[in-house]
Amino acid sequence: MNTVVCLKQVPDTETLIKIAGTTIATDGIKWVISSFDEFAVEEAIKQKEKMGGGKVTIVSLGPDRAIESVRTALAMGADDAVHINDGAYYDKADPYATAQALAAAVKGLTYDAVFLGKQAIDDDASQVPAMVGDLLGLPVVTQVIKFEPAADKKSATVTREIEGGQMVLDVPLPAVFSAQKGLNEPRYASLPGIMKAKKKPVDVKNAGALGVTAGPMTVIKEMSLPPARQAGKIIAGDDAKAKAAALAKALHEEVKII
Amino acid sequence: MAGTLIYAEVQKGEIKKGAFEIASKAKEFGGDVAACVIGKGAEALAPQLAKYGADKIYVVDGPEFENYVPEAFVQAFVQVAQTVQPSIILTSASAQGKDFTPAVAARLNVGAISDCVGVAKEGDKVIAKRPMYAGKAYAQVEALGNPQVISIRPNALGAKEVAGAGAVEKVAVNLDASKIKATVKSVEVAATTEPDQTEAEIIVSGGRGMKGPENFGMLEDLAKLFGPTATTGASRAAVDAGWRGHSYQVGQTGKTVSPNLYVACGISGAIQHMAGMGTSKVIVAINKDAEAPIFTKADYGVVDDLFNVVPALIDEIKKIKG
Repeated sequence: MNTVVCLKQVPDTETLIKIAGTTIATDGIKWVISSFDEFAVEEAIKQKEKMGGGKVTIVSLGPDRAIESVRTALAMGADDAVHINDGAYYDKADPYATAQALAAAVKGLTYDAVFLGKQAIDDDASQVPAMVGDLLGLPVVTQVIKFEPAADKKSATVTREIEGGQMVLDVPLPAVFSAQKGLNEPRYASLPGIMKAKKKPVDVKNAGALGVTAGPMTVIKEMSLPPARQAGKIIAGDDAKAKAAALAKALHEEVKII
Repeated sequence: MAGTLIYAEVQKGEIKKGAFEIASKAKEFGGDVAACVIGKGAEALAPQLAKYGADKIYVVDGPEFENYVPEAFVQAFVQVAQTVQPSIILTSASAQGKDFTPAVAARLNVGAISDCVGVAKEGDKVIAKRPMYAGKAYAQVEALGNPQVISIRPNALGAKEVAGAGAVEKVAVNLDASKIKATVKSVEVAATTEPDQTEAEIIVSGGRGMKGPENFGMLEDLAKLFGPTATTGASRAAVDAGWRGHSYQVGQTGKTVSPNLYVACGISGAIQHMAGMGTSKVIVAINKDAEAPIFTKADYGVVDDLFNVVPALIDEIKKIKG
């Protein structure tokens, strides 16, 4: 089974965000594969192994540093990659512009399925999978927690998370899928995997070379930090029961929630 | 028309509250407010939108709209949008809205601003405020396309009753069946009446300190005492340990929530968790470790063993409620 995985390099979730103009300060940030994209990479590799062959191609839009995350995915077991290395395009890219670049890169590839994370954990937009699908003219299933391709790779039965439950669908392939937590447990790159990844082919292109001309459709005018939360009061009491009584009283009289 | 078109989501045979929130916000923008409601049995529900400012309500009703499948709903909505020609489209950033909104924007060849917690109109432009990095930062964003497509986080704005003209028109849409390729095999929705964590007003959440899946029952009991707008949540530690399903996870790689009350039981308060619930109006932390970071953010802290505090709290609340 041939698959394409679109991944984004983002700040590690431990990062304390600092603002710099209309973006964030990048000093000291540890960059990693966005968590949901890790599920996408794992699923593609898992399906290749299960279906007894095929190829996993990584596509990533990002500046020079993004190559590290691309290599990590190659070390996990992906076969080759397209790195849309275009800092100027990336800096202004909103989900629309990101989808344009990714779709342009995916278009030239051979695949049965495209996997992406359900959202990047930096901008949290949850837009790119649906937009890539639309640009490729393919069906899209988001929030996938189970993926079972048919033996002939002509269709797949997928389970997606919906509010309060699950929906099972049959989808003809090729199609676009966004990964939700629960789909799988991403593997760690092995040492031999890391060594092999260094020699795997990465096609580096800029947006212009892909023929992408569309600019962003949204623009950030201002960034800010949420107001800092102050510590409140520690409820006093002789024992757990007394503290519970005082808390219940506070919820009743001060918060007025009971 | 230079007004606003809202998408009114139907779930379990009811229009979702989020639809009323975006309808009344659209009314504040000025200009005509059109609503599009899609679903089996939607016609009977449509008039409710007039109470929240809808001047015109387009209804797409039929058995083929019983379950939400993006392609059919997107095609139907886009046809209504082409009739209305709005300058602004508002949707709710519910679970369905997160799937629906970008697909609509892509079909209209514009971008979208998703999951906004505030919107203000400045001239013809809408400036939307949205969290990034799970709430560690906020951005003011402007849409450059026409229409401006914006999804609003449920509960962020509140619904205000305001009368609209409320003319209902049933629309016969022409679906391109060749594009509707995914077929629904089954839908399984838990028989719970609990709201989704992102829409709950009260969340009782458990972390590593819960020690095992069997102990979450008392958190469910506490949530039930708080009423039908309450539900339970979990930290990543509890979810990764397999104690709760991942749909319960609150935090950067789970759900970002903003309830009126968040009760954190046995949760230390990692930065990823705090990002996901930091905008809760009131935070209560129950943890036996006085050094747990969560106490630096909590409005009320109880430093004690949650296995003693939570059952006692349940008793005390029962007493107050009589």
